[in-house]
Amino acid sequence: MKEELLKRVVKGPDGVEFEVEPLRDYYCEAPPAVHPPVYAKIVEDLFNWARSQSIWILGFGTGCGAIEMRPLMTPRFDAYRYGIQWRPTPRQANLLVISGYLSVKTLKRAIRAYEQMQNPKYVVGLGSCTINGGMYWDSYNTIKRLDDYLPVDLYITGCMPRPEALLAGFEDLKKLIRAGKAEGANQYAENFDWYKTNQKRVIHDWDMPDYNW
Amino acid sequence: MNYTPDRSQYPSKKADGTLDIDLTSGKYLKLWQGPNHPGITGNMSVELTVCGDEVVEGKTHVGYLHRGFEKLMERRTFIQCFPIVCRICVPEPDFNEYCYAAAVEDLAGVKSPERADWMRALILEMGRINSYLMYLGGQAGALGLGVVGQWTTYVRDLMLDRFEEMTGARIYHMFILPGGVRDGLPEGFDKRMEETLREIESTMKDVHDVMFRNAVFKKRTVGQGVIDPAWLDQYGITGPNARAAGVPKDVRRDHPYLVYDQLDFEPVIGHDSDIYTRSDVRRRDLLMSVDLIRQILAKMPRSGPLMAEMPSMLHWKIPRGETYVRGECSRGEYGYYLVTDGSGYPRRVNVRGPSYTHAMTLLERMIVNINISDVAALMVSLHTYPPEIER
Amino acid sequence: MRELHTRLKQLFPLGELTEQRPDLAFVTVPAAFLRPTLLHLRDREGFTHLVLLTAVDWLEEGQFQLTYLLTNRHAATTLGLRVMLPREDARMESIHEVWPTAATYQRELREMFGIDFPGSPRLHEEFILEGWNDIPPYRRDFDTLKYARESYNERPGRETHDPATHMKQKLYPGGA
Repeated sequence: MKEELLKRVVKGPDGVEFEVEPLRDYYCEAPPAVHPPVYAKIVEDLFNWARSQSIWILGFGTGCGAIEMRPLMTPRFDAYRYGIQWRPTPRQANLLVISGYLSVKTLKRAIRAYEQMQNPKYVVGLGSCTINGGMYWDSYNTIKRLDDYLPVDLYITGCMPRPEALLAGFEDLKKLIRAGKAEGANQYAENFDWYKTNQKRVIHDWDMPDYNW
Repeated sequence: MNYTPDRSQYPSKKADGTLDIDLTSGKYLKLWQGPNHPGITGNMSVELTVCGDEVVEGKTHVGYLHRGFEKLMERRTFIQCFPIVCRICVPEPDFNEYCYAAAVEDLAGVKSPERADWMRALILEMGRINSYLMYLGGQAGALGLGVVGQWTTYVRDLMLDRFEEMTGARIYHMFILPGGVRDGLPEGFDKRMEETLREIESTMKDVHDVMFRNAVFKKRTVGQGVIDPAWLDQYGITGPNARAAGVPKDVRRDHPYLVYDQLDFEPVIGHDSDIYTRSDVRRRDLLMSVDLIRQILAKMPRSGPLMAEMPSMLHWKIPRGETYVRGECSRGEYGYYLVTDGSGYPRRVNVRGPSYTHAMTLLERMIVNINISDVAALMVSLHTYPPEIER
Repeated sequence: MRELHTRLKQLFPLGELTEQRPDLAFVTVPAAFLRPTLLHLRDREGFTHLVLLTAVDWLEEGQFQLTYLLTNRHAATTLGLRVMLPREDARMESIHEVWPTAATYQRELREMFGIDFPGSPRLHEEFILEGWNDIPPYRRDFDTLKYARESYNERPGRETHDPATHMKQKLYPGGA
């Protein structure tokens, strides 16, 4: 574990000494909870419609697929006209796009980014390497199935997927959300232990709390 | 103008040369820029220790994109390696294909046909333009000039269309393979290419006006992030970073490969070696590539073989040997070191990406005493792509 | 290249020159003479640019080969120095004072091959891998497919063909 994560005594600027245990003090440890649909179907449908119209993507390029995100932001493909835009921080985003292969080192960061996102939230796996390893099926450092570690709502195939494929994929995601089928975040909360066991099996130096948001 | 910050609080050096930073003292703050950060080039991170708003120490962390290519290639035959090499570097994949193909040809004693060499030079120059266009957008974006990125991404898309009609793919072309190239030029390619080049030239005029004559851009980049020419050999600096320091280091001129000895060009150099000069050198280099593409299209033979006589790919064995093949990519010297042992598989492949030295030791040295808000601009100005550092 | 080799051979006990191309050659240097050779090449012969430093694992011969690739830009020549090390407990002198950029290469070699370079800065910090608990992955005896199968779940339905047998079956279905 890194030195700055160990329990230590800190002297504040005013001279008062106090104890800090970063893993406990800096994070909230409460596990995620399932969000049940609201009481009336018509209200839930309205919510889902609203959710589907504002997909805000976390601008975290985890792999090579990130290079096709840039054309989507510019006038030629212009994803903004579909209510899709990119945000720099997980707090403002509700869609995590895993753009290609995930090395174990990035998986750790992707999990943290996902857990810091607010509900409702969705995950899209992009490229064949998130589905079954793709080109890197025998690599020692990339995960082979993204849905073992994060609840994936939709996969977009291709190596790498073209911007048109991404747009079609986002449209499909909207249909899923409107139909109330994009329940990844609830799945994650229900099978929290299973996901954590899988994650800890590949991330050997686990130096963060189980749930950090 | 002559602002001198108060550095009395800064950490002192320990006997072994490292800084004596006591994080609990409250004077210093540790900041992570990346991997999920808008001001970072790709998926890497820089661990900054700051005092006030000045960086006192920076450490580059890479490995977020490591797939172990050099290991994967050891268990693939020579022809199976060819589709995966391009995935080492995303924005400019063709150099991987060329360097790998040339290294295999060198060891196997195959000579690619002349027409294939011209095709290779054409595709490499097109890739260079793409890479520079992305860079210019990033460099302007790092200083808040988002519009330049919109324009350059648009013209880059036009170039990707030319790639698409030539090779069938936008990003990963898998076009250059050991022995030659896959195909010739489609019909009417020259005309459409000329239109694209004109579009790029006119966009570059706008970029020059908006970016290089912009007062804010000038104020924040002139005199900032200077590379001392004496560092070039110490840190293995190549490409535009070296040329901006006034040294005409260009593999195309120093060790001519493909058809570059038949083309008319002079390496673009700058003199001030700061962020502004490096951007300007890349802009002029881009325009030179436009000129080179015109020369290539005018001079290239239109008929003749595209592939050399090759042995059966399934039983292809290459005798024991080692070689190094290099090319000038948009970031500097790109090279493949290939070792064979007489079997059908490479013994060892080592990829020398220019970012390997630029983003690690050089960036860590330059980042000291830079304002936090200039870190992104400095990092982008070295033009680093993390996937070629860790492969 | 030949002249350079003759000149160098008078000073250092070098091996035979392997000329790959007119502008590229490789030569073997004993580990103890590497540093003076590098300094001589850098300061007297104009080989100022360290292109790369990497290792090759000759598992069958029980040796690591370190390759130091140097370039003289003005003469447009590249010389590779080969240093053979025993595979067991491999260690080599660090050259980070000669070229500061070598520190990065040495960190990578330490992590990926397990070759020790005493004195090199930040040598023991993790460079590419994180929490690695197996043998260094670039060694020949590390099996990446086995490791991947043990660590990650595969999605069923993936087929892998050996190209030689696959093509044989396709071209000669009768098994001729």
